[in-house]
Amino acid sequence: MAIFKGTFDKLRRGLSKTSSGTGGTIRNLLLGKTLSKELLRDLEKALVQADVGVKTAIELRKDIEAMWERGEISTGDEAWPMLKSQLVAYFPDEDRTLNFAAHGSEPTVILVCGINGAGKTTSIAKLCKTLRDQDKTVLLAACDTFRAAAVEQLTVWATRLGVDIVRGQQGGDPAAVAFDACKAAKSRGTDVLILDTAGRLHTQSHLMDQLSKIRRVVEKQLPTPEGVPGAPHEVLLVIDATTGTNGVNQAKVFAAATDVTGIFLAKLDGSARGGIVVAIREALNIPVKFVGVGETPADVEPFDPESFVEAMFAES
Amino acid sequence: MFGNLSDKFESALRKLSGQSKISEANVRDSMEEVREALLEADVHYEVAEKFCERVLEQAVGVEVLEAVRPGEQMIKIVHDELVRLLGGDEVAEDEQAGLSDAPILFVSPGPTVVMMAGLQGSGKTTTCGKLAANLKKQGKSVMLCAADLQRPAAVKQLEVLANQVNDTVEGPGAVSFHGEPDKCKEYGQAVGVAVDVCRNALKKARTENIDVLILDTAGRLHINDDLMGELRKVNHAVQPHHIFLVLDAMTGQDAVNSAKAFNDQLELDGVVLTKFDSDTRGGAALSVRQVTGKPIKFIGVGEQIDALEAFHPRRIAGRILGMGDVVSLVEKAQAEVSEEEAMRVQEKLAAGKLTMDDFLKQLRTIRRMGSMKSLLGMLPGVGGQLKDLDMDESQIDRTEAMINSMTVKERTDIEVLDNSRRRRISKGSGTHQQDVSQLVKGFNMVSQLGQAMSGMGMMGKMKAMQQMNPAAMQAAMAGGGGNPFGKGKGSTKAQQNKTKYKKRKRK
Repeated sequence: MAIFKGTFDKLRRGLSKTSSGTGGTIRNLLLGKTLSKELLRDLEKALVQADVGVKTAIELRKDIEAMWERGEISTGDEAWPMLKSQLVAYFPDEDRTLNFAAHGSEPTVILVCGINGAGKTTSIAKLCKTLRDQDKTVLLAACDTFRAAAVEQLTVWATRLGVDIVRGQQGGDPAAVAFDACKAAKSRGTDVLILDTAGRLHTQSHLMDQLSKIRRVVEKQLPTPEGVPGAPHEVLLVIDATTGTNGVNQAKVFAAATDVTGIFLAKLDGSARGGIVVAIREALNIPVKFVGVGETPADVEPFDPESFVEAMFAES
Repeated sequence: MFGNLSDKFESALRKLSGQSKISEANVRDSMEEVREALLEADVHYEVAEKFCERVLEQAVGVEVLEAVRPGEQMIKIVHDELVRLLGGDEVAEDEQAGLSDAPILFVSPGPTVVMMAGLQGSGKTTTCGKLAANLKKQGKSVMLCAADLQRPAAVKQLEVLANQVNDTVEGPGAVSFHGEPDKCKEYGQAVGVAVDVCRNALKKARTENIDVLILDTAGRLHINDDLMGELRKVNHAVQPHHIFLVLDAMTGQDAVNSAKAFNDQLELDGVVLTKFDSDTRGGAALSVRQVTGKPIKFIGVGEQIDALEAFHPRRIAGRILGMGDVVSLVEKAQAEVSEEEAMRVQEKLAAGKLTMDDFLKQLRTIRRMGSMKSLLGMLPGVGGQLKDLDMDESQIDRTEAMINSMTVKERTDIEVLDNSRRRRISKGSGTHQQDVSQLVKGFNMVSQLGQAMSGMGMMGKMKAMQQMNPAAMQAAMAGGGGNPFGKGKGSTKAQQNKTKYKKRKRK
């Protein structure tokens, strides 16, 4: 279901804002040069600086180095496509579209989680706009009852985008908000219910338990017959593109707590290259589904490995 | 945090210990591992390279070759270099210094203006609240100004925080708020409005004799020229005395890019690292310090309203190397326990007259100092063992409940606790009888340990603590937590629900 259509210009634009960024470096580094130990070391450095992770960077460098030693390639221009295809290979062919509820078992429930400040609420506004533009009715649930004014923040988006919202009491039980939201979505015949949760550090086990509980409440409130995928149909983990190696830990712990079905890579419009998704993909079998490339609700793109890698290396 | 990095250092350095001399070859080997460890900790590539080069240079020098135990010598070199990298040289380290006499200089007459800047989601607003809380404790009057007119409800968030700090944080100071929510616009449409808001706040702060005015600016990308321009205008209009960059401690290699850009545009005075209580290895701390030359002033260490600490290079470097952070622990304890009280408890402990009431008081004090895990992690030698231990903080709640279910007599003399009494206590506290027994056992252990330790010096005490394994320590401190006998009969379900309920509530 290709619901997110669009070009990758935005993504490319986002990724190439700084000429000093990695992309330019990797490209300039290789093209027109003869391979040498030194050049390969520089390549490794450039990859590390794109946050793909030390191990991945070393591995990629070693692969190129092996090809060079075997005499298969001798110039940077030959290494360049090899490197690109190797990076793309980290993202196998898989379904990267949103999972929807089977016909008759609506609403579709999307649970959005992540650490503090990852960009959950803004990402939700983006999802919300896209779905709404497809004439789907959307209901938002403000389950972040902890952070000051988080409910208000989501409410502002709901008003701007013209969708309904279920709110809880500040300091109340987020699972209770999820409970109410499920009931409301069902009785109103809403197509998609999106749950916003409080930012939580993955190291706070009691907060991770709380997230699991929200999930359980949703599962219980919206039961489906045997064999039909139940709610939540989509659990999106929002990861900040500037995140370093810690992103892998985040993904692991969140996945264990609530079966993450996709990653929303937010804030890719800065100078960070978002290489962390390569490291996450290496460690976990979770597809990257969307990328956020700006502050407005329209700034969202479906994730496409080729474009992502291409953009990672694009010149400004 | 820094846990994995110290593991790495340890394994790299373990290879060295036992050898009589450091040769260039074996240092080079271990430095390669150190380099990888640093990179994995998100230290910027070039900073890591430089670090390793410098350590190599020093290690292969004459002084090292003459050293008796090269492993220890290496730790010292790496440690010193880490401290230097984290800014240790310039910071006069008063080991007793708390947040109070650390990083902010106040101007007279006020207000001292502090501006927070940073990327979206780095934690600016939360940090403003935390800083205000700490200043209030110091008796300052603080005004928080909402200069973020872009993110929906950011103004409201700061207002709520300001009220919360003013109402709930104890201290002689006061916290007020300035915000102009009607000036909020959608993203990109209110550029420049923040300048007026800040100017108005400064005027108000002057007339109200405010000590410290904190400006919470909108999150922005360092490559967005319009928004960076707005920051420059605010800077020009109100001339803040301190400009802090708020940076997520989990940021990867890009940290230096954004820090550099903010520093170029604004002349930063320092950096606040947030989310330091996560398991990030915090390489950003090392890199940013190195690349901008600006000190790291504070670290955000939790969700509590005042969870902000001064940054101490020496201590953090010590933590990296698994050397523990006793100073911070002592400091935290001092903030919570009065000298008198400490003496009283110590005397009682030495005389073997500790009561359950004292125990309860201690538990509550420890509670206020932070999470169990973070406290134990500060003890030398304990850090590594704690890594995989999942501390259940709700055990402390249960212990409290048990003690609360005891009569006055039982609290002063636990010897009277027979089976019948234990059964009653377990019923009253929603726990198992075994839990009560476990608590009694733990209490006896602490008592004995206390008597045994009263004759020892500091080192002896540390040794005694280390000899206890973490599980025993947990049992001793949290009393009857856990149920060592597996599934019990009867009230298991009720107990579980109760635990869950407590977990749900945030501390």
